[in-house]
Amino acid sequence: MEADSKPKKSGARLCCVCNQNRAALKRPKTLEQICRECFYAVFEEEIHQVILENQLFKPGDRIAIGASGGKDSTVLAYVLSELNRRHNYGLDLFLLSVDEGITGYRDDSLETVKRNELQYGLPLKIVSYKDLYGWTMDEIVKMIGLKNNCTFCGVFRRQALDRGAALLKVDKVATGHNADDIAETVLLNILRGDIARLSRCTSIITGEDGPIPRCKPFKYTYEKEIVMYAYFKKLDYFSTECIYSPNAYRGFAREFIKDLERIRPRAILDIIKSEMVQSLCLAGGAESRFTKAWHWSYSRPKQ
Amino acid sequence: MHLTLEFGGGLELLCESVKIHNVNVDLPKGADKLSMRDLLAWVRTNLIKERPEMFMKGESVRPGVLVLVNDCDWELSGQLDTTLEEKDLVVFISTLHGG
Repeated sequence: MEADSKPKKSGARLCCVCNQNRAALKRPKTLEQICRECFYAVFEEEIHQVILENQLFKPGDRIAIGASGGKDSTVLAYVLSELNRRHNYGLDLFLLSVDEGITGYRDDSLETVKRNELQYGLPLKIVSYKDLYGWTMDEIVKMIGLKNNCTFCGVFRRQALDRGAALLKVDKVATGHNADDIAETVLLNILRGDIARLSRCTSIITGEDGPIPRCKPFKYTYEKEIVMYAYFKKLDYFSTECIYSPNAYRGFAREFIKDLERIRPRAILDIIKSEMVQSLCLAGGAESRFTKAWHWSYSRPKQ
Repeated sequence: MHLTLEFGGGLELLCESVKIHNVNVDLPKGADKLSMRDLLAWVRTNLIKERPEMFMKGESVRPGVLVLVNDCDWELSGQLDTTLEEKDLVVFISTLHGG
């Protein structure tokens, strides 16, 4: 498989799974050194297991994949398509894209989604803020200035996804939120003291009481692995930061999570799975229960 | 030393939107090897035309930037201590953008 690559450097490591091929990456989740083929297998299998264990889908479901043209949604579309075929999930998959009307960002990434439509053979629906609300994000920012843009856009986008999902008559929306994203959100909500959001943000399925439930099959998938998967498989995705995002508070949480990952990669999963966060989810976010859960987890003997 | 450098995930914007660079890097004075540490310093000086803090933090890449040497994760070869050879391919991919 690697026969046409350069001759092995002295000390080249072998994949710890197959012990045959040269290791291509170190998994942050497990610190294992793994070759490309084994990486594809374990990446796809883990997502398959997450889908099964959390019962994300059932046969006959129509599923809209929230597709931005970015790395997460492109890989999600690719992998879900593949797993649907391989394991006979029996799903009807669609790509659903939201056009916020951000020049130089969204218009370019939509071109990528249109290519994904052809590459993966998944029907695409685009819903735009302009059509739904009469405003593009550019127009909104002109009115309100550069503060709190993400807050507005996030709310509009969620509703736009619901509308698009209703038009497609799907049973569920799948989004590409990955482990890093969710860890960031946990941290963001702690830093802001937003207990209500904290109790909801790590759920793999949300909105079951709303019009269309959503799920995050990549909840336990590291961003690094998504990017490596896309790189090795040469998947087509668009990668520029939204022009309004540098002003968002999330940037601080992201910086912190990335620094943390460098010191101890396992930290990302630990944050998502932490007992404090889980107990908050169960507690439903009432302030007094939060205080109780916090004290409880801090007073436990260190292991 | 002749090397091919690739910038992806938005990093190309820091190098005047050029994704692939074929470069010739001088070894540091008195050294007989080129390490990733040396290469990063060279890149910052010679290729990064704006916002170097998006590419590097301290003497390493900014957390969130993946580095591959000949299509292998640099974490396998010692990160900054990885030694480079003639005609090596080094790829920098940023993960810090929307998904």
